[in-house]
Amino acid sequence: MTALSFPFLYFSLDLPKIIINKAISGKDIPSDIFGVSIDQVEYLLILSLAFLMLVCINGGFKFYVNVFRGQLGERMLRRLRFDLLSRVLRFPLPQFRRVSQGEVIQMVTAEVEPLGGFVGDSIALPAFQGGTLITILIFMFVQDWMLGLAAIALYPIQGYIIPKLQWHVNQLGKARVRNVRRLSEKIGESVSGIEELHANDGARRVLATFTERLGTIYDIRYEIFQRKFFIKFVNNFIAQLTPFFFYSIGGYLVIKGDLTFGALVAILAAYKDLSAPWKELLTYYQRLADSKIKYDQVIEQFDPPGILSEDAQHAELEADFSLSGPISANNLSVLDDEGQPIIESLSFQSEKSEQVAIVGPSSGGKDLAAILTARLLIPDGGQIKVADKLTLDLPEAATGRRMGYVGPSAFVFNTSLRENILLGAMHQPLKDATAEIIGSDEKKRNFRNAELSGNSLDDLEADWIDYKAIGANSDTELREKLLDLLKTVDLDGDTYDLGLRGTINPDENKVVADRILAARQALRNRLKQPEISNSIELFDSEKFNSNASVAENLLFGTPVGDDFVLEKIAESQYVREILRETGLEDEFVRVGRDVASTMVELFADLPADHEYFSQYSFIATDDLPEFQILLGRADRLGLDAMEEADRDRFLALPFKLIPARHRLDLITQSIKDRILEARRKFSDKIPDDLRGSIEFFSEEKYNGSATLQDNILFGKVASDKANAAELVGKLIAEVIDSENLRSVIVEVGLDFQVGLSGSKLSSAQRQKVSLARALVRSPDILILNEATSALDSGSQTKIMSNIITSTKGKNLLWVLQRASLAGAFDRVMVMSGGRVVETGSFEELQRKADSTLNNLLRDE
Amino acid sequence: MSLNKEAELLKDLPLFSKVDLAKLKLLAFTSERLTYDDNEIVFNEGDDGDAAYIILDGTAVVSIAQGSKSLELDRIKRGGFVGDISLLCDVPRTATITAQDALITLQIKKDTFFNLIVEFPEIAVEMMRVLASRLDNTSKQLRDASNKT
Repeated sequence: MTALSFPFLYFSLDLPKIIINKAISGKDIPSDIFGVSIDQVEYLLILSLAFLMLVCINGGFKFYVNVFRGQLGERMLRRLRFDLLSRVLRFPLPQFRRVSQGEVIQMVTAEVEPLGGFVGDSIALPAFQGGTLITILIFMFVQDWMLGLAAIALYPIQGYIIPKLQWHVNQLGKARVRNVRRLSEKIGESVSGIEELHANDGARRVLATFTERLGTIYDIRYEIFQRKFFIKFVNNFIAQLTPFFFYSIGGYLVIKGDLTFGALVAILAAYKDLSAPWKELLTYYQRLADSKIKYDQVIEQFDPPGILSEDAQHAELEADFSLSGPISANNLSVLDDEGQPIIESLSFQSEKSEQVAIVGPSSGGKDLAAILTARLLIPDGGQIKVADKLTLDLPEAATGRRMGYVGPSAFVFNTSLRENILLGAMHQPLKDATAEIIGSDEKKRNFRNAELSGNSLDDLEADWIDYKAIGANSDTELREKLLDLLKTVDLDGDTYDLGLRGTINPDENKVVADRILAARQALRNRLKQPEISNSIELFDSEKFNSNASVAENLLFGTPVGDDFVLEKIAESQYVREILRETGLEDEFVRVGRDVASTMVELFADLPADHEYFSQYSFIATDDLPEFQILLGRADRLGLDAMEEADRDRFLALPFKLIPARHRLDLITQSIKDRILEARRKFSDKIPDDLRGSIEFFSEEKYNGSATLQDNILFGKVASDKANAAELVGKLIAEVIDSENLRSVIVEVGLDFQVGLSGSKLSSAQRQKVSLARALVRSPDILILNEATSALDSGSQTKIMSNIITSTKGKNLLWVLQRASLAGAFDRVMVMSGGRVVETGSFEELQRKADSTLNNLLRDE
Repeated sequence: MSLNKEAELLKDLPLFSKVDLAKLKLLAFTSERLTYDDNEIVFNEGDDGDAAYIILDGTAVVSIAQGSKSLELDRIKRGGFVGDISLLCDVPRTATITAQDALITLQIKKDTFFNLIVEFPEIAVEMMRVLASRLDNTSKQLRDASNKT
């Protein structure tokens, strides 16, 4: 395609000569073209049109080549990134002590980006620009060999000087890449260690480190562009030197009559075209050098010794593959980074279906025994056999499916609770990915592109859940299994609470929404008992709810988005309009003034940092003096004469009032009545663009913006009734049980999004999730490495006995923090100094007076 | 009942008679007013206690468990207070308090309570007086009881 474009380019260069020499000067005009007779003007017109056409054709070629080149580049970039990422997933674990997260991200995202673009250019650009250059040169030489020679006379000089200059720039480029990596590493480290930085007032030192690294990068970059601009200067100078030859020599030749004027114009035009490809080629050369550095620097980081082979990660298992059998570790040794042994000749055995506790001092190597058995670390010497298979030879499909490992630091991914647990059984898409793709065109295209870029062909939207491993035949059974699992790891209560505080979309989840509405009705029926009815004030569109804030009473709905949230409701133009129409605006200013004056009276004498401010005050400490001034102004001028901005400060205060709780007696019956009127107006007149900003309360409708609990309650807990919250909690629990809603709510809780690294869960909850993740596929061997360390002792004992029961008949290897917990296991292995010092049943070891176990128990 | 009325009511109590009205208002504002129905338990003997209660209206019955039966010790009316022992000595509740008819209390949390005593020693003196008279009352009951047996 590129080669095809050159003849057109040649004609487009040649045509101006014909136009000037023949059509304009009127020599040699053919009398007819294809039998149609023409005169000079028509001939000029035809040639000009032909020129225009050639311009279009050349442009078209350029467009096509550029698009093709871009696509090729993007594909290569995608392939390269995917390859790097797939390597990261196969790094041996110790590699992550050497390469930080920040560096990996920097390399995969930023550093390879220009490489992709360059790869696209690497074939097309030299071919296209080189060809263009040669075509133009041929044209010039055909016109006049001397001028042609003049045009390229300085190329050898450029070819000699530029690489010399470029070499220095390349070296600096390398240094720059290294230093940017150092910076990313420090950024990553600072983000991960932010708690420590705050706790130790370390910000200044970190900023100084940043300054030092930014400074180094600045120096390097400054030198790079100084040198680059010098190269540019040399290039430009040489490029401008050539026209000098054209004007002088070419002009001389035209005067002498050895060269036609038209030819000179064409050559000058051609030379203008020549500089572009020449420059491109020079830039190409620079980028080639640059890319080579970057490529080498990236690749060396992604090929560590001991990287897992692709086959080991992707090999599939036979259908009946099992790891149930004895475990035997022989002569294991592990060296640290300096080559010193951490453990030496460690050997241990475990029978089939044996449940073993490993205890010992924390430096005794018990954690390594677990990590090595789970094959997360490859020993430097020795071997482990599981069910007579060498673990070293096993593909990840075997260790990651038939084994389960949970370490002390639980990691939770940023997705739902459910997916976090099911990840333990989501190894591959169940249905054949290609078969599913037949459906949509977009999917087909994505699939083809992934194939062309050597990416994963697995369909992310396919069903990845391994029902067989979980032991479920249907979605219903899966749900039941999950509920059982939550009980095993003592997470059912937490999930239920999350569910109560969760929301659902009633359109997608109509069945659940309807059942919640039924529960609302059931709760209502129970409220007929007087002792409970005092505890709740139900929402009623015709009644003011004194246990809800004034804002809630006015809106009578849940704000969606920012428009009507409590902090901003006073700024809403629409709310203000409604207040004005119902005559509430002045009232609110007055009530606000009274609130402010009470707050100033109550809180003015307290020290500014007193806890009451955050707990009780409507006004922040810092704003209190300002309100004092405002109150003085109000007394002097009267509220009506005050400036709009000052009045607004008062007006914002009453929205937060909860009459029953704050007992300020400022919301009189007449204000209540008017708020009800405002409530009606608010919903009647709400403009379309605000319609989505609120979801109104309705007795018969599920409110998708409110939590399940609020939907069942549909009211407010009375704040002045003793034990009301407790009573209402109990009542809701009763209703949920009587309506059989518990599992539904747990289901909603399972959809809870856990946040970045599970930040919305407690560390105990995260650990429970990790346990559930390993248990969900009922592995043949379960290895737990201090996996319950974040739990309180009650929860720990409960979960331990649950897990021991549920893994009966399977191998269990549990590294315990406290030796006293080992009593429930078949056998105890005591490790110290990197080897097993004694083993036997808990009772056996306890009987020996001087056993290490007894020492451990004494030390607890 | 509004905050102002609550504060005035507190001011009428011997316990708080020396305290500024503004301070009592703050006390009322930062405390929760709680209503109890007839026979409702305010707290049970043996519970952990983190609040004392000032009786704003109604009657609080103080009783302790004696075997399977409960023994009534005292009835505290408007202006009295209960639950102070747990706060002062960090022991579990020493008696059960039950509401008679409708009981309205102001629940004062531990921190608020101590802040108040530190700021107004008069309250401490008044409390000492009340506690001493309670002790006297208890001694009398004990004497009566031992005379009976």
